[in-house]
Amino acid sequence: MHTTDTTTARDTTTARDTTVTRAPGPAPAGLTQNSAVRGGIGESTLRPDGTLKVTGEFAYASDLWHEDMLWGFTLRSPHAHARITSVDVSEALRTPGVYAVMTHDDLPAATRYGLEFTDTPVLADGVVRYHGEPVALVAADHPETARRAAARIHVDYDPLPLVVDEATALADDAPVLHPDRDDHHAPYVPHPNMVHRQPIKRGDVAAAEALADVVVSGEYEVGMQDQAFLGPESGLAVPAEDGGVDLYIATQWLHADLRQIAPVLGLPEDKVRMTLSGVGGAFGGREDLSMQAHACLLALRTGKPVKIVYNRFESFFGHVHRHPAKLWYEHGATRDGRLVHLKARIVLDGGAYASSSAAVVGNAASLSVGPYAVDNVDVEAVALYTNNPPCGAMRGFGAVQACFAYEAQMDKVAAELGMDPVEFRQLNAMTQGTAMPTGQVVDSPAPVAELLRRVKAMPMPPARQWESAGEGADIRALPGGLSNTTHGEGVVRGVGYAVGIKNVGFSEGFDDYSTARVRLESVGGEPVATVHTAMAEVGQGGVTVHAQIARTELGVTQVTIHPADTRVGSAGSTSASRQTYVTGGAVKNSCEAVRERVLEMGRRKFGSHHPAWATAELRLEGGKVVTDGGEALAGLADVLEDEAIDIELEWRHRPTQALDRQTGQGFGHVQYSFAAHRAVVEVDTELGLVKVIELACAQDVGKALNPLSVIGQIQGGTTQGLGLAVMEEIVVAEDGRVRNPSFTDYLIPTILDTPSIPVDVLELADDNAPYGLRGVGEAPTLSSTPAVVAAVRDATGLALSRVPVRPEHITGT
Amino acid sequence: MRVNLTVNGRPQQADDVWEGESLLYVLRERLGLPGSKNACEQGECGSCTVRLDGVPVCSCLVAAGQAEGRDVVTVEGLAVHAEQRAAGACGTGTCGTGLDEARRWQALPPPAEGAPAAQPGQPVALAPIQQAFIDAGAVQCGFCTPGLLVAADELLERNADPSDADIREALSGNLCRCTGYEKILDAVRLAAARAQAATAGQGA
Repeated sequence: MHTTDTTTARDTTTARDTTVTRAPGPAPAGLTQNSAVRGGIGESTLRPDGTLKVTGEFAYASDLWHEDMLWGFTLRSPHAHARITSVDVSEALRTPGVYAVMTHDDLPAATRYGLEFTDTPVLADGVVRYHGEPVALVAADHPETARRAAARIHVDYDPLPLVVDEATALADDAPVLHPDRDDHHAPYVPHPNMVHRQPIKRGDVAAAEALADVVVSGEYEVGMQDQAFLGPESGLAVPAEDGGVDLYIATQWLHADLRQIAPVLGLPEDKVRMTLSGVGGAFGGREDLSMQAHACLLALRTGKPVKIVYNRFESFFGHVHRHPAKLWYEHGATRDGRLVHLKARIVLDGGAYASSSAAVVGNAASLSVGPYAVDNVDVEAVALYTNNPPCGAMRGFGAVQACFAYEAQMDKVAAELGMDPVEFRQLNAMTQGTAMPTGQVVDSPAPVAELLRRVKAMPMPPARQWESAGEGADIRALPGGLSNTTHGEGVVRGVGYAVGIKNVGFSEGFDDYSTARVRLESVGGEPVATVHTAMAEVGQGGVTVHAQIARTELGVTQVTIHPADTRVGSAGSTSASRQTYVTGGAVKNSCEAVRERVLEMGRRKFGSHHPAWATAELRLEGGKVVTDGGEALAGLADVLEDEAIDIELEWRHRPTQALDRQTGQGFGHVQYSFAAHRAVVEVDTELGLVKVIELACAQDVGKALNPLSVIGQIQGGTTQGLGLAVMEEIVVAEDGRVRNPSFTDYLIPTILDTPSIPVDVLELADDNAPYGLRGVGEAPTLSSTPAVVAAVRDATGLALSRVPVRPEHITGT
Repeated sequence: MRVNLTVNGRPQQADDVWEGESLLYVLRERLGLPGSKNACEQGECGSCTVRLDGVPVCSCLVAAGQAEGRDVVTVEGLAVHAEQRAAGACGTGTCGTGLDEARRWQALPPPAEGAPAAQPGQPVALAPIQQAFIDAGAVQCGFCTPGLLVAADELLERNADPSDADIREALSGNLCRCTGYEKILDAVRLAAARAQAATAGQGA
């Protein structure tokens, strides 16, 4: 699918004389005064895929269809930890309509894969380590046939002892879940069930502690959150005549999938051709493989196209979740309100396979202090292997858990000191020039105090509207909403504040590059740019921004966004708030190279017509080459004629460094982003129901390339934080089984649960970043959760150290 | 089994339908209309919302056989549905869908042969609510969008001037994970305001 994004540009049509001199070629003709092309960066241009998405024509991965297509289905483990003693597929294979059944024994090549550690079996290899682990695959001519055949695969399990928490994971006699570890962290961990451990040590905590007038500690817990993207995991694998396979897939990073799939199929990477299909949200849950390799295996086995679409039940087992965490924090402060030390320990449950746990540990550790200047720090963050569901990337990536704890602590310390919680935060807020606990000096704006000031200054929503609004009072705005459970009795209001810090981009020395191919040509006398990247558009609006960048840099109106595939170099992941920075930067960089080529061609053709070709600073604007004074020199179509410029380049942001294994010191992160929230809640204290009335946010975005999209990101991220605060948790029973894998039992905020979200966007440029921009997507997910919980504490006077806050935590029943 | 139904004004026939198939499956996999989405298939998310004899329903919870002889409007038919309504099929502009009305509900006939159809590359005719979703930034990943559009269009059909609380109540069965709903509220307000401005412009 090509989406052509056209914004009409109206050139002023004042005729202008051009000086004509004798020259090797004809002079440029038809020039008008220049005017900038509309739809460039900074404008709220509309999505190029918007029309397709509102008409139902946009092809999501689950919408794909192919002649002779089969449906794949995955048989999953009902046990959290068990040895497989026998597998009998004969009855399944005999089922009419079934084309193939595959188990571990049928795998043709590599049997494990993984994002960072190659520890995840393609299909269980004699042991299952979590509830829902894939054991066998079926391909059949109808999805229900495949499901029924899978139920006829007879697997005998011999349950094994469970590893479910830190005590059972790190016991001397604990079952070792991955005895053959050969990953790069294995030599450094104190126990083989510890995935990774990252200390951060700075200053002298013992000495600082002696100076502290108050010392406040607390234990906090964050439940397991699910990304709950709406478009289920899905894709279509089509076997090719050359023995390879074409995979149409919803993912966050095509090239990372490719690197993991090809060895499993035993194929070179060029035989596995991947094209991005429509992606129905991601939020980290599509960083790891789900059905990608499975569909390809079945397609190659049967010689037929195979589609796999998870339903919601299976989706809860088909991707990693946000790490549940237990956090212990201790802060010391002087009586005048200065933080002097922090000691903290963060334990993340990584579940059965590593996924991106090690990187989550690095984030949790390096961002554990929050956006505050604290000179003396002693922190340890660890992730564990357990038999719980595997955890990995979700929006906020380790920073969410830390933010919940340090913001609860800020309120506690402020209360201990008798200070206003916002003023206390502002007094200790980091600024540009503050050294992080990793020693990295933050070298771009860090307007933490200002963001707090802005959310605090926003007007308050009216109190007790059910009394004050008279006729306009609406029962539906009360806690309980449509359930009509109160008319105001037992309802109290609270207000809470929080602020957070999130890194942007991949960190700790990762080569976090992107690639963009930009083509410029004249089509019917109009210059047209084509932008081709492998960036996964998952809804964030990267395709909109790429077209805006191309218009700004190349001065063209028409930009075509080529489908994302592996025929162009890697764009890196749509993760870590990085795509506008990194792939946006790559598109800008390639456009600049195209522009240089255009100017070379222009000088060759028309250089003798006007001295400005040699002397002036030249730009591309309004479909023309213009001087920095705005004088048009030539139309792009005349410069290009029938020649196309086509350039593919990699682009890198400045490098980062690994964190020291003992002290955590190092230039670990590319960029930081900041958001602050003020939550206003009303709580029905009798029923324990929370109604968030308003959730105001202020965020610094450096430069809003598309303000409409920026606000959409902030409001969406804020709402996911609200979900974690009061409703979202995957409940894992003592036997390691997931209790609530459905939208009936795992609740995400509806439009009734979600309040008005006023947003104040600050634009303080980061000079290191393209256009000064700052990654937007994750920061609002951090501070939203602690702000809501602070407001509930304010309303109820309860300590509330765990999220999500449930009704029984409020009523004490 | 064979199922006969009318979809977006056109008589349709689906053969070899297994009794357990949902209306959603028949629309998506047998009739080539994948616009209605399969986000939960449990009736919790509203992504598969269609009009069944005028009433918004989760098509994942409607057995295909229950749709026999009935009229279905999906997101693919929303623009035509809105156009026909504007042309007077629902002249009051507040034609709700009470049970009695629902029982009498009939889809309008398909556009006559030779009527102009949307061509690739041509501007696509959109229902006002579809245009408002684009303009307000209510679409991100877009997976919830088809169901929300059908539900929001039905709301505006029976309530031309909904309050925010009305909008929230009407759309409370449609989950969105990307937007935080603010832009969706904006879109419904925008569509309502545009309709009112158009009505006022006609001196009605």
